[in-house]
Amino acid sequence: MHIPDGYLSPSTCAVLYAGAGVGWYEALRRIRHTLNARMVPLISVFAAFSFVLMMFNLPLPGGTTGHALGVTIAAIVIGPAGAILSISIAIAIQALFFGDGGITTLGANCFNMAIIGSLAAYASYRMIAAGAAIGSRRRLVAAAMAGYLATNLAAFITAVEFGIQPLLFRDARGVPLYAPYTLGVAIPAMMIGHLAVAGIAEGALAAGVVAYLQVADPSLLQNTSGLEPASEHPPAPRQPLRKLWITVALLLLLTPLGVLAAGRAWGEWSAAEFSSAEGRSRITASSQRQPAPPNAPTGLQRLSTLWTAPIPDYAPRFVKSPSLGYLLSGMFGVGLVASLSLAVQSYLQRRRSTGQAT
Amino acid sequence: MTRNRALGSTLVGLTRALAHALVSEQVARERGFLQSLDPRVRVAGLLAMVLAVTLSHRISVVLALFGVAVLIALFSRVSLYTLATRVWLAVLLFTGVIALPAVFLTPGNTILTIGGGSLRVTSQGVTAALLLISRVETAVTFTTLLVLCTSWMHVLKALRAFHIPQEVVMMLAMTHRYIFLLAETASQMFESRQSRTVGVLDGPTQRHMTARTAGVLLSRSVELSNEVFLVMQSRGFRGDAKVLSEFRMRAWDYLGLIAFLVAGSFAVWMGRS
Repeated sequence: MHIPDGYLSPSTCAVLYAGAGVGWYEALRRIRHTLNARMVPLISVFAAFSFVLMMFNLPLPGGTTGHALGVTIAAIVIGPAGAILSISIAIAIQALFFGDGGITTLGANCFNMAIIGSLAAYASYRMIAAGAAIGSRRRLVAAAMAGYLATNLAAFITAVEFGIQPLLFRDARGVPLYAPYTLGVAIPAMMIGHLAVAGIAEGALAAGVVAYLQVADPSLLQNTSGLEPASEHPPAPRQPLRKLWITVALLLLLTPLGVLAAGRAWGEWSAAEFSSAEGRSRITASSQRQPAPPNAPTGLQRLSTLWTAPIPDYAPRFVKSPSLGYLLSGMFGVGLVASLSLAVQSYLQRRRSTGQAT
Repeated sequence: MTRNRALGSTLVGLTRALAHALVSEQVARERGFLQSLDPRVRVAGLLAMVLAVTLSHRISVVLALFGVAVLIALFSRVSLYTLATRVWLAVLLFTGVIALPAVFLTPGNTILTIGGGSLRVTSQGVTAALLLISRVETAVTFTTLLVLCTSWMHVLKALRAFHIPQEVVMMLAMTHRYIFLLAETASQMFESRQSRTVGVLDGPTQRHMTARTAGVLLSRSVELSNEVFLVMQSRGFRGDAKVLSEFRMRAWDYLGLIAFLVAGSFAVWMGRS
């Protein structure tokens, strides 16, 4: 994924340097705020670790081997800001000292791997592992998925950068001046290898390292776990959700505004609207003057009869006023969602306490 | 080594990285054209040449810049054999494989048909492939000359002249130092594991072993960073780095800088499409 000099136009490189610059600035600002003097040794040693990790050759199913980016482990252990800086420094040393990856494309390589990779790995890890205990299996799945997704997203962005070159930079004869393949060729060519090999290598290594840390050094997984560190003191009582409930109540009071909105949302037509002249003119008006098809699509016709809503169009049959009907529907919906959430939360809490007891 | 392929290739990669760094330090100590210039001029001049290569749209101009790169290599006592094996052949194989299909896939004027007309070679495709290969070869040659002829500490000091934040330069310096320490540690871990291994390890076992090695290395890295921080703190480090600068620009350095800038600008002018 390291783009050498010459594949991207200078203007693409400049834009990606600017994009990477924003990421570096924000990461540096955040890490200075949290680490201060400790930042330099931590980021440096972690950059060195990531560099060495990139050289590890991991055997994969099917007899092939792959290299990991190391970005997922960095994001899981020191967070996205630290990962952005340490992976960027590792990439800069690869380019400036080992000649691996270009200098004009350094911004692009850092943007794709360090910034996009770190953010994607961190977000997907946190999302999949949300609330899971440090030693849980879910964290392994989350690390593997985060590695796979981060690598493939970074590869996809790289492929797009390659693919736009011939569209934007050609000479008078139509000769592509930089990477010669359009998006239709660049994306599959780049993605096949990453979907089949590199993503699996990154995911497998991340999951393997997390499995090791769960047993040997779980404190390293604490920082980005989103869980409170274990403490001898009892946790402070949780803040009541009063502000949230007030906001929900205000929004509920505003729901009758929906009655004032004219027309219907694009694509939310019923099958009956295709057969009435008024409905067809509404569809045409909301579709940039594209005429509506003569009949409702057969799939829509068939599936629209499968389920009849108890309160169609947010208008309960027993209420005459549309505004009051809207408000009651909103209250009913909020109540239903809140009850379901409470039921799921109580079920998960019961399961967790049963698991801890055993 | 061949039986446990992944283990062996990781070891080879780590050893090669260490050996590679030694070659660079040796060439940087030679007395040659690039080595005689101030490191700031070397960094700025060679980066200007790389930029000129990427801005040139004509193969003839890119090839002329390639000739300049070869001349600089000769005058800087850089072995052409080293360049050929380390750069030219590797780039030709890597970029060649990428560029070859462009010969057939780029739409344009057909100059040759192969396979009963199923494959058409276009003039635009051939030009695009040659331009890509020659540009990458030339740019990577200039970058390699910079890497080979400038010691890492000089590159870092030169970067400070370009207003790169002091903390970043300090992190680059420290990272470079710890790469060798961690690479050696990893190499020793793999070596010791391999020396205790009898027979062939299956894929999952090798995978677990590699992940465990990475985990151990991670724990050691975090410990190391804590120790380094304490050492820095005990010597008075409070987050601000202060480094001595000993560079002095001479007339020869100014002349070199002007030569690079003029050559780069002329190439960009000549290489317009």
